[in-house]
Formats: sequence, C-alpha cells, structure tokens
Amino acid sequence: MTTGGFWAMGGYARFVWPCFAFVGAVLAWNLWSARSSAAAARSRVRRALVMAAHDQS
Amino acid sequence: MWTWFYRLASPPYVYRVAALWLPWLLGGALLTIGYGLIDGLVFAPPDYQQGDAFRIIYVHAPSAWLSLFAYVTMAVAGGIGLIWRIKIGHAVAAASAPIGASFTLAALVTGSLWGRPMWGTYWAWDPRLTSELILLFLYVGVMALRSAFDDPNRGDRAAALLAVVGVVNVPIIHFSVVWWNSLHQGATVAKLGKPQMPGSMLWPLLAMLLGFMLFYGAVLCIRLRGEVLNRERQSAWVREAIKS
Repeated sequence: MTTGGFWAMGGYARFVWPCFAFVGAVLAWNLWSARSSAAAARSRVRRALVMAAHDQS
Repeated sequence: MWTWFYRLASPPYVYRVAALWLPWLLGGALLTIGYGLIDGLVFAPPDYQQGDAFRIIYVHAPSAWLSLFAYVTMAVAGGIGLIWRIKIGHAVAAASAPIGASFTLAALVTGSLWGRPMWGTYWAWDPRLTSELILLFLYVGVMALRSAFDDPNRGDRAAALLAVVGVVNVPIIHFSVVWWNSLHQGATVAKLGKPQMPGSMLWPLLAMLLGFMLFYGAVLCIRLRGEVLNRERQSAWVREAIKS
C-alpha cells in the first residue's frame, strides 16, 4: 500500500479519518477531564486544610 | 469470606489501590490500542463488500461495547450503593457516568459516519441506533439527576435508582438486531465459537476492545480518586493523604 493509498482509504477517507479523529478526541477529553476533576478535588481539600489551620491560629 | 468485599468498600483502600492500578491500566491501554490501530489501519485487508470503510469498526465497536459496559458498571455500583448503603458504590457510579456518556456519543457519531456510505444516510430510526440514543439520554439523565439535589446523598440515591431502572435498555440494545428488522448488522465478535471475521481483521478488533476496556479502567481510577476525595474531604485520612 502506498502512502497516498493509505490516506485515501479506498475513497472512504472523509468517513474513516473523522471517525478516528473523533474517538481520539473522546479519549483525550476523558483523560483531561478526569485529571482536572481529580486535581480540583485535591485543591478543594488543600483549601479546606489551609482554612482549618487559619481558624486554629 | 466477605473480607475482600468489605475492604473494597473502604474509601482509603480504594483511593490507594486506584493509584497502584492506574499506570498498569494506562500502559496496557496505550500498548493494545497502539497495536490495534497499526494492525487495523495498515495490515488488515479491506472488506470485500465495504472496502476500507469497514476500518471504522475498530473505533466504533469498542466505543459501543464500552457504552454498555460503563452503564452496567454504573447500574451495578449504584445498586450496591442503594441496597447495602455502601458509599463507594455511588462514587463508582458517579465516576463511570461521564466516561460511558462520552463513549456512547462516540459510538453514535462513528456509526453515523459509517452509515452514510453503507446505508446512504447518516441516521435512521433503526432499533439499534434508537436504543443507543436512549442510552445517551439515560446517561445525561443520571448525571443531571445526581447534580439536581442540594443533598448529595439524595442525589446519589435518585441517580442510582434511575441507573438501575434504565439497565433494562442494555439487553434491548444488544438483542435489537435479533428481535426486530434492523439495518444494523448482527453480532460478529460475540459469536466466539463461530467468528464472522477472519483473524487478520479480528485480532486488531479484539486488541482495540481490550485497549478501550483498560483505558476505561484507567480513567475510572482517576475519576474515582477525585470522587473519593470530594466525598471524604472531612475525614482524617484524606487530610493525611493530601499532606503527604
């Protein structure tokens, strides 16, 4: 298979590549969203710890 | 006998174990998805009827499978939270919902893009497509219901109830191609005894299925750690875990 033939996908390129791109975006979003929600949870706990320490002092 | 079950229900244990599993799940997902992509896109031969458009199956089928698996996980975890009042059950259900919703959307979009050259239309009110769309609405409903309550415990219970009731849609999706006249093709991978695909096409598909499952496990671990922190932020162990 040539490089041009690979990207052409037998004439179905406009259907095949958007599918792979969309699922790639879904995989990337899942990782980003999960990491950012976990980071937000950690920073909420840290803030609560700082406020608790501030209240005690 | 039930020691493992009670240990699994312990938030500090789950928080620690999720961190241990995460690199293995993510590494395994990268390897298997990488292999599946290369084998499926480069080495698998074109289908004799669908040509190269059949390669969409390598992202469509794993997305569709994951949309069902994540829903069943959410419903079972929600049910455990409802019946045995185990808090971690609700945390797993909350963590699973957005992952499942995103892969349901992926299954619908990739199916639609495959349908255009094969069926001549992006969308048909076909039993399989319609029941998968209902699954997306169920996911959105479960997430919206959970966040609609000021009291998170009531939100958890209401969302779990909807998830458990909605699980009836899962066999409907799976058997829709058998029960009704459907444009959608029948099972190809589920027939393990008599596979409908040659090995050169099947192996990359199985690798992608496994890769997506491992990826789901990895993302679930990350989300679950966040959920546990959110729900247990008043606990002493959380303060210790964050400090260290």
